[in-house]
Amino acid sequence: MAGTVQESPTEPDPGGPGGSVVTSGDGGSTGRVGDRVFAGLSVGSAVLIVIVLAGVAIFLLEQGLPALGNSGESAYGKDNIWAYVGPLLFGTLLAALIAMIIATPLAIGVALVISHYAPRRIATAFGWLIDLLAAIPSVVYGLWGINFLALNLVPVYNWMGDNLGWLPFFEGPVPNSGRTMMTGGIVLAVMALPIITAICREIFAQTPKMHQEAALALGATRWEMIRMTVFPYARSGMFSAVLLGLGRALGETMAIALVLPPSVLVSFNLITAEGASSTIAANIANNFGNASGSKVDTLIFSGLVLFVITFAVNFLGRAIAARGQVKG
Amino acid sequence: MAKSIDVSDLNIYYGDFLAVEGVNMTIRARSVTAFIGPSGCGKSTFLRSLNRMHEVIPGARVEGKVMVDGQSLYDPGVDPVSVRRQIGMVFQRPNPFPTMSIYDNVLAGKRLNAKRMSKSESNDLVEKSLRGANLWTEVKDRLNKPGMGLSGGQQQRLCIARAIAVEPQVLLMDEPCSALDPISTSAIEDLIHELKSDYTIVIVTHNMQQAARVSDETGFFNLKATGEPGHLVEFNPTKKMFSNPDEESTEAYISGRFG
Repeated sequence: MAGTVQESPTEPDPGGPGGSVVTSGDGGSTGRVGDRVFAGLSVGSAVLIVIVLAGVAIFLLEQGLPALGNSGESAYGKDNIWAYVGPLLFGTLLAALIAMIIATPLAIGVALVISHYAPRRIATAFGWLIDLLAAIPSVVYGLWGINFLALNLVPVYNWMGDNLGWLPFFEGPVPNSGRTMMTGGIVLAVMALPIITAICREIFAQTPKMHQEAALALGATRWEMIRMTVFPYARSGMFSAVLLGLGRALGETMAIALVLPPSVLVSFNLITAEGASSTIAANIANNFGNASGSKVDTLIFSGLVLFVITFAVNFLGRAIAARGQVKG
Repeated sequence: MAKSIDVSDLNIYYGDFLAVEGVNMTIRARSVTAFIGPSGCGKSTFLRSLNRMHEVIPGARVEGKVMVDGQSLYDPGVDPVSVRRQIGMVFQRPNPFPTMSIYDNVLAGKRLNAKRMSKSESNDLVEKSLRGANLWTEVKDRLNKPGMGLSGGQQQRLCIARAIAVEPQVLLMDEPCSALDPISTSAIEDLIHELKSDYTIVIVTHNMQQAARVSDETGFFNLKATGEPGHLVEFNPTKKMFSNPDEESTEAYISGRFG
């Protein structure tokens, strides 16, 4: 990632000034054993991760693919498996999209405050505070979303329904619980915020000083300087930060399972209870306990779809970040 | 366009640390003024205080007066951004904007003024600025290539073109040749001679021969002792500085004898 520290390899001291005759042989061989152990450990961990990932993929394929032919009862009453997984996938993507639309500008703004606007001491404290958001368990976000955020958003939704109702997104009617797609998206936005902010602020802070000074010396204001130097420098990093945040939003389970009513349908109406399709992850959490037989396969298949989507998003993010580094 | 600078009793601080103490000098318009002195004596700090660039470092501040053509730079009502638009700066290491083409680099400062320019106006300004920086013939066929693709000396001249494109009153140069080879250095020095007729130029250099070659007046900065603030030892016409300086320590420094 952005903050990787390059350490020069510490070379073993070849024979200190005193007692070198006695210890040099021992010292050398100890060093080599240490190297071997460390190399073995790191290669082992790397291989293990690949094996685990492959294992998950194989499990999902083996258990999920048989569900491709499921219909009717085993597809939760839908005609075929795609009629069941499709709306869930739609819900997953829609909630994540709302989350990204809200979180991206917010995260970039917060990252800029930390890296360029706030005095250093306040910026550090503020940075910790944002990082703490990542440490809150997602079930707590869910409870907060359902018992506080959703209820408090009802007047806002009512206003949106009254004034922006001509847009299909805000048609209403607004449920009294406030448990809507919009609420789910907002909760996800808050959860994705720390990841995006952390990556953005690292990259913003790495903008070469000399380019920033070049802009300032031309008479750029701070904002103009940021537009001329920081954003072009950080563009690919910002993009991959957003994709990593998207990865989190796509896979989030508990918060969505609590906030969104468990329904399976396709609707762009963001502020009604009827319009809120659940997401894949939340749907699995809600139904897996009661599922049996081929229904289990159906749920695992939906998990496979999520796995593929999340994997693709992360892969894309890394690829773009890597390309940007070579170029910049 | 070119303006003179009057500095009186200027103290420059980084937080509580007094970096430069009690500078008084008058920099004449349409002349080249060079600052020499050992590392860490505050030449660059002083130079950066002339267009309020030192304020970029948190905690930096000044006491005293800097007057440009009768207008105080440090009046409470003066915006550092507008100061920097009038007093351009060229840095030690060439720093063209890496994501911009040569063309856009030259126009970067002008575009900050938010005024829309027609295509032909922009073209004229780019050509004029690049000609002014003696770079036009070398880059005129590749204006849309990135500025980072040029050699170090060309990049530095691109930075000078970028600085003069906004038509500043003063041009500050902070060791503009220290990262360049002798041929590029001589190209920049020739350029300084030409620019003198239009601009007031202040240059910091570690190279005494360079100061002697390009400047009309020279200021020698030194530390009284390690840990003490830097101060201006002597400020005189360059000829006098290099032949018959008033201060013994100036002569010691110029002839390579320290202490």
